[in-house]
Amino acid sequence: MRVLSKKNIITLLLIVAVFAVVQVLISVKIINSFYEITLATICINIILAVSLNLVTGFTGQFSLGHAGFMSIGAYVCALISMNTDSTLGFIFGILAGAVAAAIVGVIIGIPTLRLKGDYLAIATLGMAEIIRVLFLNMEITNGAAGLSGIPRNTNWTWLFIFLMATIILINNFIRSSHGRACISIREDEIAAESMGVNTTKYKVMAFALGAFFAGIAGGLYASYFYFIKPNVFGFMKSVDVLVIVVLGGLGSISGSVIAAILLAVLTTFLQQFTEIRMIIYALLLVAIMLFRPQGLLGTKEITDMFKSNKNTEKIE
Amino acid sequence: MKKLLSLLIASTLIIGSLTACSGGQDKPSTGNGDAKEVKIGINYELTGDVASYGNASVDGILMAFDEINAAGGINGMQIVPVKIDNKSDSAEATSVATRLMTQEGVVASLGPATSGNFMATIPVAMGSKIPVISASATADKGVTTDDKGNVNDFVFRLCFNDSFQGVTMANFASGNLSAKKAVIIKDNSSDYGKGLAENFRATFEAAGGTIVAEEGYVGKDKDFNAILTKIKGQEFDVIFIPGYYQEAGLIIKQARDLGIKAPVLGADGFDSPVLLELAGPEALNDVYFSNHYSSLDQDPKVQDFIAAYKAKNNVDPNAFNALGYDLGQYIADAIKRANSTDPVAIKDALADTKGFAGVTGTFDMGEDHNPIKSAVVIGLENGVQKTSVKVDPK
Repeated sequence: MRVLSKKNIITLLLIVAVFAVVQVLISVKIINSFYEITLATICINIILAVSLNLVTGFTGQFSLGHAGFMSIGAYVCALISMNTDSTLGFIFGILAGAVAAAIVGVIIGIPTLRLKGDYLAIATLGMAEIIRVLFLNMEITNGAAGLSGIPRNTNWTWLFIFLMATIILINNFIRSSHGRACISIREDEIAAESMGVNTTKYKVMAFALGAFFAGIAGGLYASYFYFIKPNVFGFMKSVDVLVIVVLGGLGSISGSVIAAILLAVLTTFLQQFTEIRMIIYALLLVAIMLFRPQGLLGTKEITDMFKSNKNTEKIE
Repeated sequence: MKKLLSLLIASTLIIGSLTACSGGQDKPSTGNGDAKEVKIGINYELTGDVASYGNASVDGILMAFDEINAAGGINGMQIVPVKIDNKSDSAEATSVATRLMTQEGVVASLGPATSGNFMATIPVAMGSKIPVISASATADKGVTTDDKGNVNDFVFRLCFNDSFQGVTMANFASGNLSAKKAVIIKDNSSDYGKGLAENFRATFEAAGGTIVAEEGYVGKDKDFNAILTKIKGQEFDVIFIPGYYQEAGLIIKQARDLGIKAPVLGADGFDSPVLLELAGPEALNDVYFSNHYSSLDQDPKVQDFIAAYKAKNNVDPNAFNALGYDLGQYIADAIKRANSTDPVAIKDALADTKGFAGVTGTFDMGEDHNPIKSAVVIGLENGVQKTSVKVDPK
């Protein structure tokens, strides 16, 4: 059986080890509740970045609407878990939110994914704004005041489960024939089409899958931070995610993971320099992009680095 | 076999943590061991969308703290403010609150300035049992009481809420201006605007008036000529604009340019020098808005504050400065009366406030942790505050 291969077992052990170490650190309070918030932000941002990477990095479709899908997941999960405050309600809420986001992704993807480059970026941006304004004007979402008093069900375990599920599923998708088709669209859409790849189908597929996981991230966000309002999911949220993806490298899952961790740690560290934090943050971004325009990892994965030892030190 | 084993480990860990993690809130570490100083958190919007509110409030708070420290502190303890920016972001507000309460060991936390961000800190305060107070979170629901109407023990504010302002302005319109017909142009993108509009309509109609039109706009709109042309053909006595100064300034200017001369009413969202910049002095006649305090108030407390603030910053204080100043004095007063740095004792002292005399008025803290205080309706003439009328709560 291929599932039982040595590589898979090592990966599994590694995942369990990471989980256990952090869990122990939390229970002996080395990671206190303040650092736990940073940890949650990291996990949510990784899910967002990896799912956007599938759309922008691997399929080459420049999307500025990720926060819109996130907000769908957040609102659906918040409304469901406020009505049924139990673990079951929470899980159902997250999955329902993700499915709702994916459905909206398909509906929006079919017409807009015929556009390219800048046009697509503007269309997705408009889509996210429409979603935001809808939430702003609906009774059930409590308009601009937002929903408060959402029960906190998200903890490290749930974050980690959803994080790993996202990474593994997207990683496997990319390595499947569907994923290869997506990459071929990024490399050259005309060539891909002439080779018989149904480009619209694969673009919509990647878009919907990205939306699905963004919905999960939104659900986790809602049930961790107690409070959501439409303005949380504005244009800048989409840009924040895009920054992580570009910084990590378009087309590198591990790059997104590293960049999300790096930026979250940086923001937390800079919290004490109130006046100049955004200047430092922006300067660091400019510096990184100047010295590594392809992103931290480019299109490579961290596992590729171990194969050729030459590059390992540079990254570490 | 190996896989089975690791799966077993994984599932035990997961099940174990799922059951163990649910009740995990840290104990607050109120580390004021030497009792010579007392740490008070400042969790405000210093950057981002509503930074002007945050910075103005913090200016007032720090001014109050400086005065108290210069006068010997609270019962001999110096106040150490711990100021952290929340970027006008609600998740960041939660994070900052957690940091203040579990890392920095504050005995109380002030802010944020806006209702949404303030709400995001409430669960943290309730979990850590450390009081949070906002000077300007005016939302009706979900602040000092939860959605079932229970009082949030550790949550206080020292401003009136939105519905009070809507009611005040409606009474002012039908009483002082004897208006019978009103038009509402509301900010549809903020709960503030919607809440005010709702309360204005209810009170105005109950007093025998009619709302002839209710129009809406969204924040950051620039051109209001479509709305204004539409209402121009109708007959009305007053226009009520529940919204913020960025749009209200433009609406007033464009309305006056179109020849609409009716009095314009608003709420504390009008209180900014930017209103004058946008509308110009000629347009700002017959404009009335409710506010937390007026610089025309001849109370020596108010005049002393204005003089001190002007000496320090070279500008007239606005309502956020005044509310911030009161907030700083209020928390210091509570710590003094509690004679303790125990957050629970401070909370009891905050709730037990009677006759606190601040720049923004004298108030008792109500049962529901809302202050019982009066509002001021300010009238503008050529862009300058000319009249002020005090309106007491019923």
